[in-house]
Amino acid sequence: MAKGVKPRVKVPKSASAGDSITIKTLISHKMESGQRKDSDGKIIPRSIINRFTCDFNGENVIDVTIEPAVSTNPYFQFDAKVPEAGEFKFTWYDDDGSVYEDTKAITVE
Amino acid sequence: AAAATIVALPAGAATFEEAVMSVTGGKEAAEGGDLVLTAPEIAENGNTVPVAIDAPGAVAVTFLAIGNPNPAVATFKFGPLAGSREASTRIRLATTQDVVAVAEMEDGSFQTAKQTVKVTIGGCGG
Amino acid sequence: GNWSKLAAQQAMTQDQLLEFDTMGNVTLIHITDVHAQLKPIYFREPEINLGVGEVNGVPPHVTGADFLKMFNIEAGSPRAYALTNQDFVALAREYGKMGGMDRVATVVNAIRADRPDALLLDGGDTWQGSYTAQKTMGQDMVNVFNALKPDAMTSHWEFTLGLDRVTEIVDNEIDFPFLGANIYDAEWEEPAYEPYKIFERGGAKIAVIGQAFPYMPIANPKWLFPGLSFGVREERMNEVVQEVRDAGADLVVVLSHNGFDVDRKLASRVEGIDVILTGHTHDALPEPLMVGETLLIASGSNGKFISRLDLDVREGRMMGFKHKLIPIFSDVIEPDAEVAALIDEQREPFKAELEEVLGTTDSLLYRRGNFNGTWDDLICNALIEEREADIALSPGFRWGPSLLPGQEITREDLHNATAMNYPAAYRTEMTGETLKIVLEDVADNLFNPDPYYQQGGDMVRVGGMGYSIDISKPQGERITNMTMLKNGEAVDPAKSYVVSGWASVNEGTEGPAIWDVVEDYIKRKGTVSVDPNQSVLVNAG
Ligand SMILES: [Mn+2]
Ligand SMILES: [Mn+2]
Repeated sequence: MAKGVKPRVKVPKSASAGDSITIKTLISHKMESGQRKDSDGKIIPRSIINRFTCDFNGENVIDVTIEPAVSTNPYFQFDAKVPEAGEFKFTWYDDDGSVYEDTKAITVE
Repeated sequence: AAAATIVALPAGAATFEEAVMSVTGGKEAAEGGDLVLTAPEIAENGNTVPVAIDAPGAVAVTFLAIGNPNPAVATFKFGPLAGSREASTRIRLATTQDVVAVAEMEDGSFQTAKQTVKVTIGGCGG
Repeated sequence: GNWSKLAAQQAMTQDQLLEFDTMGNVTLIHITDVHAQLKPIYFREPEINLGVGEVNGVPPHVTGADFLKMFNIEAGSPRAYALTNQDFVALAREYGKMGGMDRVATVVNAIRADRPDALLLDGGDTWQGSYTAQKTMGQDMVNVFNALKPDAMTSHWEFTLGLDRVTEIVDNEIDFPFLGANIYDAEWEEPAYEPYKIFERGGAKIAVIGQAFPYMPIANPKWLFPGLSFGVREERMNEVVQEVRDAGADLVVVLSHNGFDVDRKLASRVEGIDVILTGHTHDALPEPLMVGETLLIASGSNGKFISRLDLDVREGRMMGFKHKLIPIFSDVIEPDAEVAALIDEQREPFKAELEEVLGTTDSLLYRRGNFNGTWDDLICNALIEEREADIALSPGFRWGPSLLPGQEITREDLHNATAMNYPAAYRTEMTGETLKIVLEDVADNLFNPDPYYQQGGDMVRVGGMGYSIDISKPQGERITNMTMLKNGEAVDPAKSYVVSGWASVNEGTEGPAIWDVVEDYIKRKGTVSVDPNQSVLVNAG
């Protein structure tokens, strides 16, 4: 597992049932593109987050396929419907097989 | 869906048409529809350029940077609980180029939009 | 001589300069791009200020005799002196210096006597550009502007003082809003500064939206204000205009540091803006320019002018306006005693350094112009000699007052042309190919036909090398015939040249401060002369 990988997520704490809310996510990750060379001229192997998903109570909100052209510390912003109270689950998939997860609960007014 | 995979392109800068076709699987993509691509006119930092799309009616949107050695950037697939067809991320641009968005619509058609993002040396001022 | 100076000035009175038939119910006072000039100065407007594409030959891309003709101004008149380069030296000797914040205070007070709730709006580039502003990190300007009591400001060079200093001033030193609808936190993409303020004036709700310089992290060193993102952000402007209209604004004013052509495009694409108070490109226009139903106001730079705009705002609409660009003739307008004393107080600790005479100039020293100015020619000459370089580069800044032939050059004068927070005079090697890339890059920032890709400023000044430029060509094809001036040889793309310059945006740039380099040069020469610059051949397309 890569070192220092830390997900951060911004989700409102509550919403009205049926509302759409904006979610922002960041994960600290170097996103090594596989195109850079080290000081000896050798290619530094690719090591990126290659997929990100967000689900709410088991149903999908967004599913992102990621290439090396996405910047260091990948950032995603999108909107989600909140039909009822529940939990958002965020998942980042690393090239090295690691999977990073975060969750955020939301209440409905 | 065709948008789920991006056909490998030849190395080096692709043409706009080649890049779009790599996403649509050879289908035409309409320019000037409802798809709105927002990117800065001039990148503040070529290593992290914010890009956003608003793609009403889309099931998926792919970002391409057609001046990069590998034009593929990311594909957003909207799930049943997507609250809109808007999304944003930050991308790397090797040089001044067109950033392209290709949206796959519910009826299987495609739309596309592009914007030039300048990557500049900078440093002048009024 | 003195007789003609007296006669010329007698033809003007303070009352005439301030004369204005008050109209409507709202008054806006606009000042911008003062660049820390507390005292009166000479400032020669550009001889060359080219516009590309749709704006070729339209204001502000009109200069000299064409400008006089377009605005029906008599040659040799005070307005001709204030607004153009025509006959500049002779007219400067007749009409004297312009500006001075104590004179500005007099004008602002007179307008407020007439309309007590007039809004004073500062377009930014206020805290940088002089010896005292550099030494006090803008404190002198903050103190003097607090006395003028602005209602809001926006920004550009302010951020080159460093984010911590800006935060300190905004939080503790000023009691008016520091607006910037387009300034964002780069990490979470959220607004970082107040976007607007709504004022109640003359029975109307007036929204003032701030728009900071969009290309801050590109044109200036981004490491000085980490974590901030700027940009034109047209969509954001659309949203904010909608937001203030929804909040009941009867009048929407954008206090902008976009630059004139960017604002012209913005006005054509964003509905619902009544007035844009433009800044950054330092243009002074004697009348507003209309884009659709939006008024564009250009109030010059360095304290030479302020604009007064009276508006009739009723039923959520602007029904009429009256405008005057007021030239601040320093020998005609009585200084405000209180502000004059406050200015003296700011300068007192630095008096001896400011007044030290470094040498004399034989030539008119000025900066404005698309391709060169004699101040930058002097700086380039100093860089080549003092830093033993083949080629010198000096950035195309638009700030910096002028000096007349025969004037002594004081340390204050030198710093008025160089004072800033990243002054290292670097010395490096560049290939001919790299030099061409640099020139092409800057030329596209200036002459890209789409204003949203323009950063303002002028072409980088080059010493030791000549070139031809065709501004109508695309990037990569504008610059040709790069030639070394000392031997007439073509610049070789593969060969390395020793290049010295200053104001690099790269962190960690090393070298002595540019003002020390130029001071050594001036002291060594005693009297400096700058030959007419004929090394840039321009094809205006
Ligand atoms: Mn300025
Ligand atoms: Mn500026």
